[in-house]
Amino acid sequence: MPVPAVSMVERLVVIGASAGGFSALQTIFSGLGTDFDFPILVCKHLGIGDEKGLVDVLASRTGTTVMLSQDKLPMYNGCIYMAPGNYHLQVESRDTISLSIDERICHSRPAVDVLFESAADVFKDQVTAVVLTGANSDGAAGVEAIKNSGGKVVVQSLDSAEVKIMPKAAIETGCVDEILDLEDIAAYLRRS
Amino acid sequence: MTDDFQDLELQLLMDAVKARYGYEFAHYARASMMRRIRKHMEAAKTDRISDLIPLFIHNKAAFAHFVKDMSVTVTEMFRDPDFFQALRKSIVPLLKTFPFIKIWHAGCATGQEAYSMAIMLDEENLLERCQIYATDFNENSLKIARSGIYPDADLALYQENYSKSGGCKSLDQYCSRGYDSIKFNGRLTEHITFANHNLVSDGVFGEMNLILCRNVLIYFNNELQDRVLKLLIDSLRSRGILCLGRRENIRFSEAAGLLETVDRHQRIFRKKA
Ligand SMILES: C[S@@+](CC[C@H](N)C(=O)[O-])C[C@H]1O[C@@H](n2cnc3c(N)ncnc32)[C@H](O)[C@@H]1O
Repeated sequence: MPVPAVSMVERLVVIGASAGGFSALQTIFSGLGTDFDFPILVCKHLGIGDEKGLVDVLASRTGTTVMLSQDKLPMYNGCIYMAPGNYHLQVESRDTISLSIDERICHSRPAVDVLFESAADVFKDQVTAVVLTGANSDGAAGVEAIKNSGGKVVVQSLDSAEVKIMPKAAIETGCVDEILDLEDIAAYLRRS
Repeated sequence: MTDDFQDLELQLLMDAVKARYGYEFAHYARASMMRRIRKHMEAAKTDRISDLIPLFIHNKAAFAHFVKDMSVTVTEMFRDPDFFQALRKSIVPLLKTFPFIKIWHAGCATGQEAYSMAIMLDEENLLERCQIYATDFNENSLKIARSGIYPDADLALYQENYSKSGGCKSLDQYCSRGYDSIKFNGRLTEHITFANHNLVSDGVFGEMNLILCRNVLIYFNNELQDRVLKLLIDSLRSRGILCLGRRENIRFSEAAGLLETVDRHQRIFRKKA
């Protein structure tokens, strides 16, 4: 695993995904390359146990530094942190992530809402949230929190989403800045 | 939320709570804490953290509700089955060498972890030689833990975890069923003492052979994690075993130097001699 250069985290990207999210994440990570200058925190709903495989496959297929999150792990630019099964992933401070096993949200732990709300709380307008394919309305409340703190919200277009329920719920909040096809999301994140 | 002064307001609220009720939440991890505070702000229909100060100070019930929220009780039997499997394989043989065994579950919530331990020890013919202490600072949770009564609906998950952990019986054998609930046998309860203990403000527990403190430190910030980790280590006998939660780590803690790793993946450590 390449050792990332230590520099201040100026901005953050958070991604929420559920059903169909694995291949969607692969597309985005591949498109990002390895030199993006922000950390990415990902909440992908999963069954307990598949997480290690998920992380390994994403890392090997995309060449990016993908890690399974641990409590109070420092976060670095250019690294991707995946939520472990059965824990919520949170932004603890500007340079640290944390975990919790609070109640499930929308039947999910990890929950996208928890990740997004904690990101909004710490990073305010310096966070971009991305909602991808999924069969769950988790993430909608989080999207509102991101918007209220001045952050940006990107949602995968319904046409390009394998399962539309999650992006649809996000769009219906009226808090969305961009609706993009899956293939265009990586480029948007690099630019913004 | 108008939050230019969020950190200041948070600190003032924690100071007020401590002065009024003696509860120390100042060093709890921020993200989890903010989730709870936000929930209470919504209920109180306010958008300032500091508005909770008069509410909590004057309204005991409102504060009691907050304390209850702060002590998350999500737990299950044989959570992380492969951890229990590792315990059985690599720690039980060690325990067998002792004439008497003291075990502490710190932050036991509603007690499922302690009953899981008792069942495992029983199957290893060790229970008779064991005293299990299970503590939490949440009196409501302890009440449930002492009763040993859980929803029958949870039994399927517990059984699945238990089997995955290497258990080969039916959990039915350890409990009686009825009225949509299960109740663990007195034979198990006999060896477990449930007690109120606050890891932040109470002292060392003393001379344990094995301590489990899983998924509790995640609710503390680094400074408090370090302090509590030292307390746990101080409560262990020389070469005693400490088990943390699956996604917790001691890497960034000063106290880490006092421990050696037994099983990196399962977060099993041993106190250095
Ligand atoms: C999520 S539960 C963990 C239960 C169990 N160990 C497990 O892993 O399944 C966390 C527990 O830590 C307890 N806790 C939090 N702060 C504490 C403190 N200061 N002293 C004692 N217990 C505390 C809570 O009341 C809660 O029951």
